[in-house]
Amino acid sequence: MSVFKEFTKGLWQELPPFRLVLGLCPVLAVTKSATNGLGMGLAVIFVLTWSNILVSALRKVIPRKVRIASYIVIIATFVVIVEMATQAFFYPVYEALGIFIPLIVVNCVILGRAEAFASKNGVFASALDGLGIGTGFTISLVVLGGLRELVGAGTLFDVEIMSAVYRSHSFSFMLEAPGAFICLGVLLAIMNAVSAPSSS
Amino acid sequence: MEYVIIVIGAVLIKNILLAEYLGCCPFMGTSKKMNTAVGMGLAVIFVLTAATAVTYPIHHHIFTRFGLEYLQTITFILVIAALVQFVEMFLKKAIPALYQSLGIFLPLITTNCAVLGVAILCIRRDYSFIESIVFAFSSAAGFTLALVLLAGIRERLIISDVPKPLQGTAIGLITGGLMALAFFGFSGVDGSLNALVQQ
Repeated sequence: MSVFKEFTKGLWQELPPFRLVLGLCPVLAVTKSATNGLGMGLAVIFVLTWSNILVSALRKVIPRKVRIASYIVIIATFVVIVEMATQAFFYPVYEALGIFIPLIVVNCVILGRAEAFASKNGVFASALDGLGIGTGFTISLVVLGGLRELVGAGTLFDVEIMSAVYRSHSFSFMLEAPGAFICLGVLLAIMNAVSAPSSS
Repeated sequence: MEYVIIVIGAVLIKNILLAEYLGCCPFMGTSKKMNTAVGMGLAVIFVLTAATAVTYPIHHHIFTRFGLEYLQTITFILVIAALVQFVEMFLKKAIPALYQSLGIFLPLITTNCAVLGVAILCIRRDYSFIESIVFAFSSAAGFTLALVLLAGIRERLIISDVPKPLQGTAIGLITGGLMALAFFGFSGVDGSLNALVQQ
């Protein structure tokens, strides 16, 4: 049961972009559409889970003083794998995410989990932690991307939802940087409002 | 003239924070007070320019020659981490006053995606060495400008009556969004500058 908890805590209690306010750049940048958000989320799940597994497996071997550098090398290795795999098999996703695939390396969520969780816990628990936090991250990206795509372009996963009239007069600023910041701010406020009674 | 376009483009039109979404974590994290914002901004200007000056020759003289481009991500992040450490040690010895004011912000910069992001952008956009340096410096200046502006607004927000759920990061993000909207006004400058050069 406690193992199960490692997975579910990432879904609400420690939901990365909202609760921890970490790793904001990809959250803002790639959520122009729900599809992009999903692609980025899957890449992060892969990197986070495998780096957690490897960091946890090597936690007794890595000297304390050089641990951060070692974690970065481990994370960068998996990021390069993702980069080459998306370039080879999912080229449209690679094009859409652009510079933000290599930038997964400096996503604070991943290094944060390596340092805060995987370096202290067993391999299995770390893998579940990575999966859980990664899934929470993906859900946040898809929700934010879906919201921006729906309001900004009138579509969802490239399926036309709104009427043609709406789509030709939509709030296209939602697809640009200002929309990203404002949307995330509003979602954060909603989450604060929903969870306020339980936390205080 | 093309350097002027790069500078104006990086500072105002394609501001790395407000249009390219790079470096958002420190944008929210260090913009609560004016002096932390200024310290972070100066440290970013320093490290970003130095990091680009180091990563550019590595890519063009080592990677392209031996066909090792796939090592870009892993090498750049290690080089940046080492560089930050080196800069920190150097400043501590050589310019203690500057070290005192930048001190705590230097280690944080390793995980600032603006540094790695700009280094990779310079390679992807095929800039020459001098163009890369100019681009890196002006990107960092644009970062500092946005950060200091937001810090100024957030210092005022403390004394205003913000609804409870919006307090803290939420209102910071919305303010950042409104600033990004204001910077949108510069997007037309791009075309007229290019037209000026063509003449």
